[in-house]
Amino acid sequence: MKVYLDNNATTIVDPQVFAEMEPYFVQKYGNPNSLHIFASDTHPGIKAGMERIYAGINSPREDSVIITSCATESNNWVLKSIYFDQILTGKKNHIIVSEVEHPSVIATARFLENMGCKVTYLPINSEGLIEAQSVEESITDKTALVSVMWANNETGAIFPVEEIGAICKKHNVPFHTDAVQAIGKIPVDVQSFNVDYLTFSAHKFHGPKGVGALYMKKGKELMPLLHGGSQMGGYRSGTLNVPGIVGMGKAMEQAIDALDYEMSEIRKMRDHFEDELLKIEDTFVVTPREKRTPNTILISFRGIEGESMLWDLSRAGIGASTGSACASEDLEANSVMEAIGAAEDLAHTAIRFSLSRYTTQDELDYTLKVVKAAVIRLRGISSSYAYAPAGHESGLDAHHH
Amino acid sequence: MGIDSLVGGTIWDEYSNKVTDLMNNPQNMGEITEEEAKAMGARLIVADFGAESCGDAVRLYWAVDPETDRILLSKFKSFGCGTAIASSDTMAELCKGKTVDEAVKITNIDVEKAMRDEPDTPAVPPQKMHCSVMAYDVIKKAAAQYKGVDIDSFEQEVIVCECARVTLSTLKEVIRLNELTTVEQITDYTKAGAFCKSCIKPGGHEEKDVYLVDLLEEYEKEKMAAGATLGNEGATADFAKMTIVQRIKAVDKVVDENIRQMLVMDGGDMEILDIKENGVNFDIYIRYLGACSGCASSSTGTLFAIENILKEKLDENIRVLPI
Repeated sequence: MKVYLDNNATTIVDPQVFAEMEPYFVQKYGNPNSLHIFASDTHPGIKAGMERIYAGINSPREDSVIITSCATESNNWVLKSIYFDQILTGKKNHIIVSEVEHPSVIATARFLENMGCKVTYLPINSEGLIEAQSVEESITDKTALVSVMWANNETGAIFPVEEIGAICKKHNVPFHTDAVQAIGKIPVDVQSFNVDYLTFSAHKFHGPKGVGALYMKKGKELMPLLHGGSQMGGYRSGTLNVPGIVGMGKAMEQAIDALDYEMSEIRKMRDHFEDELLKIEDTFVVTPREKRTPNTILISFRGIEGESMLWDLSRAGIGASTGSACASEDLEANSVMEAIGAAEDLAHTAIRFSLSRYTTQDELDYTLKVVKAAVIRLRGISSSYAYAPAGHESGLDAHHH
Repeated sequence: MGIDSLVGGTIWDEYSNKVTDLMNNPQNMGEITEEEAKAMGARLIVADFGAESCGDAVRLYWAVDPETDRILLSKFKSFGCGTAIASSDTMAELCKGKTVDEAVKITNIDVEKAMRDEPDTPAVPPQKMHCSVMAYDVIKKAAAQYKGVDIDSFEQEVIVCECARVTLSTLKEVIRLNELTTVEQITDYTKAGAFCKSCIKPGGHEEKDVYLVDLLEEYEKEKMAAGATLGNEGATADFAKMTIVQRIKAVDKVVDENIRQMLVMDGGDMEILDIKENGVNFDIYIRYLGACSGCASSSTGTLFAIENILKEKLDENIRVLPI
């Protein structure tokens, strides 16, 4: 049996999405910018795709949604554009991000720091959440941007975007949120909160890889990162990814349609699965369920290094993820676990299971069996587990049964 | 860069079959109890190394025959990734049947080589070499416990790159002799910095006392200082004016700082027997020890290297004569 539980990394392309994209590879392949029938053939697809994308985030027509190559590009664009426009010109010199932003925000912020920008990295609390108040405390009259993600990729923690948006509005500071992990999991409506820029990516909600987007509120335009042929209103040059736009549009429409299922059925399956996992002794989960996206569990198995667990899961055909240590090139601990201030011995033990609307109960039942067997095997090898005192102080909620 | 770097697979794809097998079925996993050791007439040693907070921790059990210092049984437990578990298992296997003194000579490189499927294909990807380093350290810790000595007594040299076991003196020597200016060059010459990369500059997986970039900077400064005092030929005059005792001490110092490590790396060593003045020349008589004594290059490449270093450091007229 093969079970895919790494949906926060990427998702399967929905067959209907793929079916809509297909004609735009081999039949309607014209360059949309040309002046002939081959170009015109692509226009209905682009229009429908864009309409669906706008509808998906409830964007007013006068605002802009620019299609990019990925969320990483969108995030880079926001920060670098603010740098070119505000910081390099000496108008402002400060940006605020959270400690647990995606690397495309953190690494860009660090890069800008080297270029002379001041960066505040907001900490998260023991539940893995940003406190909105910390944003207000960090804002100065030199702050050019606040960038805080909507939902965290590791824990699923949903950040208080509404409050942060209100604070930014009050202080007249542009607010960017990386909503990559929110769309398709919880309602995302750019009109309900104060959001100036919003990033998302098709492959996180059953669309194709290589298609990202950046929403920009009217009056909050950015300087382009890619100059050239003036596509996308001059904001992002480069021949349009027509199948990508068509695919993102269809995927967005489906994600919105499936949102109730995600919020109710997936949540139920996740909660049940989590309950069962927590019956295993010495397991720990970070963010309370009600403050998380409905599909995500970041769980620690004391005494088991994350990659070893992934190894055993992988052998059994199960795909999950660990942001920790040896599985990655830098050998570092899971950054969220560290930022939370989890006990040091748990920093390398986190495993992330992320479900999708394709996940079935049978798959979760099978995974549970495999996890239980892996826990027994790996704790048998573990040098630390046998003598770890039960109920040892962890900084996280312990669950013993 | 290049296509191989651009199109990466998962790190697991680079594990040898042996690593995979050992990860799935470690052979020496487990504990040795006090009773089991007693039943063998052996002394039980339990050594821990690493910490979960670093992502790797290993516990080594030895049952050692106190009469012969021989390790009768060796087992391990490990908190770590696949490489860490497989390396610990291999390390425990390599310890079996060896005396404590023999075991302490097992390095992480031996462990990694023992896990290879093909002699020339690494058993693990470069960044994972780090995970085999612990296997070496825990042996030293167990041996120190058994002998009741400090763990540092097994390490006379400062190791800058633990993954490739390259010492500070070797690095300094290689940088100076070859006039290296970049980290890439150091890696080409010594393999230091090729694996987990912690030793290159601050900010890696482990904090170090000395980084490769520091050594390059130091050499750069040395060169500038040397440039400023060019033409001052102090060394030759000094060596010629020294008493015989001073000369032996000076030669000893150069051998210790610049030569010995090079030999020890290959399992050899040398000692100085005598220094005689022979006309304008100073003849230094040496004896090779260990692997050097039977080595073909001890009368060619190695000898020239030793002689060149001594000439450069002390006196142009030095000749080295192995006995």
